[in-house]
Amino acid sequence: MKKIISGFISVLAFMLLFACSNESATENGNDNDGSSNTIDLEQFDEFDWKRFDGEEIEIMLNQHPYAEAIIERIPEFEEKTGITVNHSLTPEENYFDKLTTSLNAQNGNPDVFMTGAYQVWEYATADYMQELDVFVEDENRTSPDYDVDDFYEGILDAGRWDGVPGHTVGEGNLYTVPLAYEFNLLHYNKRALESIGLEEPPETMEELIEVGAQLDGWNGEGSYGVGTRGTRSWATIHPGYMTSFDNHGAVDFTVEDGSLVSHLNSTEAIEITEKFAELVNEAGPSDWSSYTWYQVSNDLAQGKAAFTYDASNWAIFHNVPGEAPEAGNIGVTTPPRTKDDDLGTNMWVWSIAMNKSSEKKDAAWLFMQYFTGKEHMQWGAIEANVVDPVRESVFESDEYQERIGDIEGYVETFNELIDGSTIKFTPQPEFFNTTTEWAAALQDIVNGADAEERMNELNKDIQERVSRVRAE
Amino acid sequence: MATEAYEKLEEEQLTNKVPLKIKMRPFIILGPAFLLTVGILIPFAMAIYFSVTNYSFKYPDYVFVGLENWISMFTSADFWQSVGVTLTYAGVATLIETLLGIGIAILLNRENFLSRSLRIVLIFPLVIAPVIATIIWQLMTNNSVGIYSDWLRQLGITNFNWGADPSTALFTVLIIDAWVFTPFVTILVLAGLRSLPKAPFESAMIDGGSAWFTFKNLTLPMIMPMLIIAILFRLMLSLQMFDIIFALTRGGPGDTLMTLPLTAYTEAFTYKELGVSLPFMLILWVFVYFLSHFIVKYWTYTQNKASGK
Repeated sequence: MKKIISGFISVLAFMLLFACSNESATENGNDNDGSSNTIDLEQFDEFDWKRFDGEEIEIMLNQHPYAEAIIERIPEFEEKTGITVNHSLTPEENYFDKLTTSLNAQNGNPDVFMTGAYQVWEYATADYMQELDVFVEDENRTSPDYDVDDFYEGILDAGRWDGVPGHTVGEGNLYTVPLAYEFNLLHYNKRALESIGLEEPPETMEELIEVGAQLDGWNGEGSYGVGTRGTRSWATIHPGYMTSFDNHGAVDFTVEDGSLVSHLNSTEAIEITEKFAELVNEAGPSDWSSYTWYQVSNDLAQGKAAFTYDASNWAIFHNVPGEAPEAGNIGVTTPPRTKDDDLGTNMWVWSIAMNKSSEKKDAAWLFMQYFTGKEHMQWGAIEANVVDPVRESVFESDEYQERIGDIEGYVETFNELIDGSTIKFTPQPEFFNTTTEWAAALQDIVNGADAEERMNELNKDIQERVSRVRAE
Repeated sequence: MATEAYEKLEEEQLTNKVPLKIKMRPFIILGPAFLLTVGILIPFAMAIYFSVTNYSFKYPDYVFVGLENWISMFTSADFWQSVGVTLTYAGVATLIETLLGIGIAILLNRENFLSRSLRIVLIFPLVIAPVIATIIWQLMTNNSVGIYSDWLRQLGITNFNWGADPSTALFTVLIIDAWVFTPFVTILVLAGLRSLPKAPFESAMIDGGSAWFTFKNLTLPMIMPMLIIAILFRLMLSLQMFDIIFALTRGGPGDTLMTLPLTAYTEAFTYKELGVSLPFMLILWVFVYFLSHFIVKYWTYTQNKASGK
């Protein structure tokens, strides 16, 4: 025992010495005084796709139809630029953990990575993301065909943030360029509605719960009413749940005296959480807490789920003839109402970003502009599943209008939601921390915990967690 | 003459320098062990150091925060919940696997075609990565397509949700753990059984000792050193279990399966708070260290006992 104690004392002494010697190193060595916002770039006389012929870049992608479209056209990009692209593909449940570890290594790998808008709130403060305005605005770096104004402003702005916790997106540096976006709304299977004699999908949450419960077993064993995500992950909160949370009038945080204040135990928050839990219990799959994006999407495609309350682009993916058993049967409608106010939806934007420590930034930017350029976006929206399109020219093209024209309710729903759709979360660097704990609380409530008690407990916990946010 | 020669040799030995090659031999022999020790201790010391900082992947800098992370851990309900889940999981998994391992090993310790075949088949779960085994079990227990769920339905049990229900999630991961790791215990115990001397068992048989008497007084004490090794490994690895739980439920539903390794991982890689995460890992190290320390001591005792010392 004496040996163990003396061992501990030695380690503690070493630790204190290390700590004392490193405190000053931290202050001097890792200073983030804002100078990192400037970048020394070589001056070019004109734009040239072939300028980096022979270079090699590393790309990290999340397993998704948008990534598949990129991978399919990498050979064309390589031919056009002479740049060799090495890519990795990781399922979403582990993608961001892996990406964070890679970015933290700060060794320039990957040069470009797929990301969402919420990740900007963590990666930008950590200095992992390259500010892109300097590339976009330089006509010798950006192709004359790129046309940044063609992006829907609200969607491009999802990747722009000033780094101040609590400030909304749309101000500050541009960190990402969008690939495609998703609204969160209701998909329904027309056969399912017909099976119970319904001509129109339900409009309110109450109706959805009732109809969803009625549809249990509608297409044989294992089929059920309403599919939503349910794992202990931030990804459970942001689709349907957050959309209803916002439509019900609840907010996650406000900024008071410069600090974030959590409101997850407000009356509206508790009411909508109870209602969502009721939806899952009455109409959801019995193993809901294992449901990810992939399962919910698959259940809609396979005719297991009569409804899904999740990403809007499934109507397009799964209505391609021959691609899914239920192709042609899937319709779209607005999120279920819980109040009479105008409806909105929480938006998710898949984008690509540049690693700040990349040593091949110009080659990386060529990759980024090729795969967010008009030509790839148009091809992706028509020939692949890069939808919903983030470029106005693509959305309004005849080919795309033809593609979505046959989908029941798609255009009407899009037009109804467009004005009220944005990112409904308050931007802050503890986003994944708070939403993962939120998902754990939602699982508890679905499993029978008292909603008010659990949301009070969650609110206290979240308040403590956002106290970790460091002032800039 | 002989004395002179002896004195000369002695003088040479005293005065001559020892060749460098021989001088360096202890260092060369100890070198790899030294490097290994340093290789282990550096990350360990760094882990202790970062546990007293606010190091986070979300910010470019960090400062020394003293024992803040440790105090916050000890005063958090999540920590005590994690300790409870970790110890329950490790204790129950080790117990199940030990009992099953002994039972299966005794059954397989016979020389017939079936035993010989089963000994080969037995090792199959061990060669599958636990995360793959979990995915297989996920499919088998899936409520829509899973074969086990189908069997339960045929037995009239319709609402058994395996890993998706807090009341059955621990049971589900324990089944998967037992499926993967029981063969490990079986193999060690079987090796112990097959190395036992025959004479004491023949004497017990001649004296009319019952099967239980023979097992309790001969077999068990004699295989105890092997068994303790198996228990030691299973306990250490069960305390550190991550992959099965992560692949099945990511620690959910709620906080049902948030063991210390899962909590540490979530804090470090999902919440990007390395400073907050490390105390969870270090406290786990303390548990593993002390438990293994006592088990090794007990192993020495049983080994002495088994060899009649």
